[in-house]
Amino acid sequence: MSQKVLDLLQAKLGSGVVETHSQFGDDTAVIEPARWREAALFLRDDPRLAMNMFVDLCAVDYLAMNVEPRFEVVCHLRSLQHAHRVRIKARVGAEDGTEAELDSLVPVWRGADWFERETFDMMGIVFRGHPDLRRILMYPEFVGHPLRKDYPADKIQPLVEFREGTQGKLAPFGPDEGMSFGRQTHDYSRGEN
Amino acid sequence: MEPLDLDIEEGQLELASEPMMLNMGPAHPAMHGTVRIVLELSGETILKADVQIGYLHRGFEKMCERGNWSQIFPYADRLNYVSPMLNNVGFSLAVEKMLGVTVPERCQYYRVVLGELARICDHLICNGAMAMELGAFTPFLYFARAREVIWDIFEEETGARVTHSFGRVGGMAKPPSADFKEMVRAGVPRVLALIGEGEKLLLKNRIFLDRVEGVGRISSADALSLGWTGVCLRSTGIPYDVRKSHPYLVYDRLDFDVPVGTSGDNYDRFMCRSEEIRQSWRIIEQALDQMPDSGPVDLTDPRIMLPPKEEVYSTIEGTIQHFKIVMEGIKVPAGECYSYTEAGNGELGFYLVSDGSGTPYRVRIRPPCFASVQGLKQLITGQMIADVVPTFGSLNMIGGECDH
Repeated sequence: MSQKVLDLLQAKLGSGVVETHSQFGDDTAVIEPARWREAALFLRDDPRLAMNMFVDLCAVDYLAMNVEPRFEVVCHLRSLQHAHRVRIKARVGAEDGTEAELDSLVPVWRGADWFERETFDMMGIVFRGHPDLRRILMYPEFVGHPLRKDYPADKIQPLVEFREGTQGKLAPFGPDEGMSFGRQTHDYSRGEN
Repeated sequence: MEPLDLDIEEGQLELASEPMMLNMGPAHPAMHGTVRIVLELSGETILKADVQIGYLHRGFEKMCERGNWSQIFPYADRLNYVSPMLNNVGFSLAVEKMLGVTVPERCQYYRVVLGELARICDHLICNGAMAMELGAFTPFLYFARAREVIWDIFEEETGARVTHSFGRVGGMAKPPSADFKEMVRAGVPRVLALIGEGEKLLLKNRIFLDRVEGVGRISSADALSLGWTGVCLRSTGIPYDVRKSHPYLVYDRLDFDVPVGTSGDNYDRFMCRSEEIRQSWRIIEQALDQMPDSGPVDLTDPRIMLPPKEEVYSTIEGTIQHFKIVMEGIKVPAGECYSYTEAGNGELGFYLVSDGSGTPYRVRIRPPCFASVQGLKQLITGQMIADVVPTFGSLNMIGGECDH
């Protein structure tokens, strides 16, 4: 649909484009991380491309597939005038999750702000030059990055400590605390009555 | 004691003028969808605002990596719980794009009609809630009554009123019921009548108009750069609607208009939604006329669809096929794909990565209101604190979707 975009990008960046493909009709270019912002600026400013709609930015952790570098930052763009779309990606990060750094796209599209914060929060990718890079969905006390493949899905980090019970951990509040009309779900409360 | 009428220089009367910090939400009646706004105020004017989301984060994307592809539908329902059908359809289209299949025509029309009904619900509740937060409780009741009519149709079709989980990869959970068309044809005009009555109470109401007109204004360039889509973008005058720009399902065969605003303020967003409800009815009318009364709804590909129950219970092939699809999941070819549809709030995108197994490797949702709420900071800075309420209401933040 918009092979033209990929051709223009390749002509401009040369070796900065690592690979391209058009799987399932989505045109994709993998960009050298060092030239990430340059590519973004070119996509936005070139009148033949005019990618002025920032659609999405996220990251994928390829740890389980044993790919190096570990993370892929994925950005989707669209042009309002030409109605074409493109996906650009950059591969960053060592296997232990460090060195995952990339230039921020906030100076290019303001809309990248929260999306980059989310990617930082969920995947731990640091965006250089982001004006306000802090957690957005998780709370500030949270440790780790939950969408990484090595973060256990059943791990919990409650802000209010769980209490020790006879059969493992109990919810922070017991049946005698909080609202009296709440659901009485603990076995020990029935035993007492 | 000094006399009260003593002439004091004006400077001495000034109150302490350092800015006041105010927490609005997360448990504030107007912050539906649990969002917290930390405001720095000078008097009633907002100097700085920090919008904090995440109070409804449930780890949707992490959960999706644990089941098979079909098990995501209940989660997708709970993303935008005001129009779950649009999420269901959006996700099925994404997986079907990776599988390279297209559902039969009857199913496409069925999805369009159900989706447009859900869109009416979405716009209704947004407009109603926005008015309610401004003190106009009665129109909300009219709108809630109108939604009830649509929910009755959904209940009849899917068995559930809110979270239907009705979408399937390669079809729908059930074919349309026998009197589906009559039900919709009889129901939606009642909905429109109720909306008309509700809007009459608002659109000539000076108090309501004063609080929405010219408030929360944004330019089209700003809206674009913030990544806005949907009604919020269209209210600034940019006619970008996925249904028109990149038609999916059968939208290219249906005739409808894309309403746009001029100034991108709360009033424009309200009016765009209200007009879109009427356009949805146009779409529904045409889709019902064109929709075949008989024919298959689901695909017949045995690698995707469950076999009919009679076969499962009577033949060994059927049993094995059923077992494999339920236990191992549908095998989606390895690769990545971004699929987008027009949801209630704008472009709802699903970015899927598959490793070729029955379990998704990565499911990324691009929630439309995440980008809209991102712009809230700009909309309210410099405005009065009372303007936060209608501005936030008109962006239609849906907590489940915004917080993933």
